[in-house]
Amino acid sequence: MKWMMVGIIVGSTVLADLLQSFEMKRHTVAVEDLRPGRVAGLLASFARRLPLVVAVFFMAISFFAFMKLLSVADLSFSVPVTAASVALETVFARWILKEKVTALRWAGALSVACGVALLAM
Amino acid sequence: MPAVEQVQLTSPGTRRVDLKTKLLTAFVVITNVLGNFSMSWGMKHQTTDLGWAPYEYIRLIFTPWVLLGTALLILWLLSRMTLLGWADLSYVLPMTSIGYVLSAVLGKVFFGEQVTWQRWLGTAFIVLGIIFVGLTAANTTKQEPAR
Repeated sequence: MKWMMVGIIVGSTVLADLLQSFEMKRHTVAVEDLRPGRVAGLLASFARRLPLVVAVFFMAISFFAFMKLLSVADLSFSVPVTAASVALETVFARWILKEKVTALRWAGALSVACGVALLAM
Repeated sequence: MPAVEQVQLTSPGTRRVDLKTKLLTAFVVITNVLGNFSMSWGMKHQTTDLGWAPYEYIRLIFTPWVLLGTALLILWLLSRMTLLGWADLSYVLPMTSIGYVLSAVLGKVFFGEQVTWQRWLGTAFIVLGIIFVGLTAANTTKQEPAR
């Protein structure tokens, strides 16, 4: 049960993040739009963008799976173990999003992944 | 700051990460950690066992701590989406990983969860990874100006 939830969380998180990054880079948000009075408008503009809607759907799956995981595992296990997606997403960021992942950034991502593995022990 | 200026500050090749990107990164981490903590607190204090029925989860969302956690995680979602437009996914993920460490600390302090030496070593690896990634440029892809 515990590891099935982890699998669902990681898989849906990877898909959600790739979709969000892809769409948000196409149309970036200005700092002015982050003012409290404009948050509702920002939310509405996000709701009109299909890739973000699909991303939120995957995040919802991840969210409910996370709730289930929290009910059967410690917080200090649940949160770190779901970070297994970091290494996977870095690979996809390089291949799909065409980000320039330097040696230093690979080292950082791998170090984080190792840290997550240790936290999950 | 207009979005065009934002793009110039974080254009490919530069190692500068502007203050607003740093502040937004901190906001993303804080809302995530507090949101997860609040959610966990609410889940630990719920009296019935969760099954698979969706209505049980919907009912839980409207309990005070889970509701607060949900509100914080909505703020986290919006701010993180914005951050993903300003910085690379491969930058945002490791940089916000400090949240995992803070969650482990909160778990130990407030829930008395056991944090073994492996977990502290894992924490050190995560912090090291964040330092590495923090030395790289935040954005290596071209962007279009906002709207």
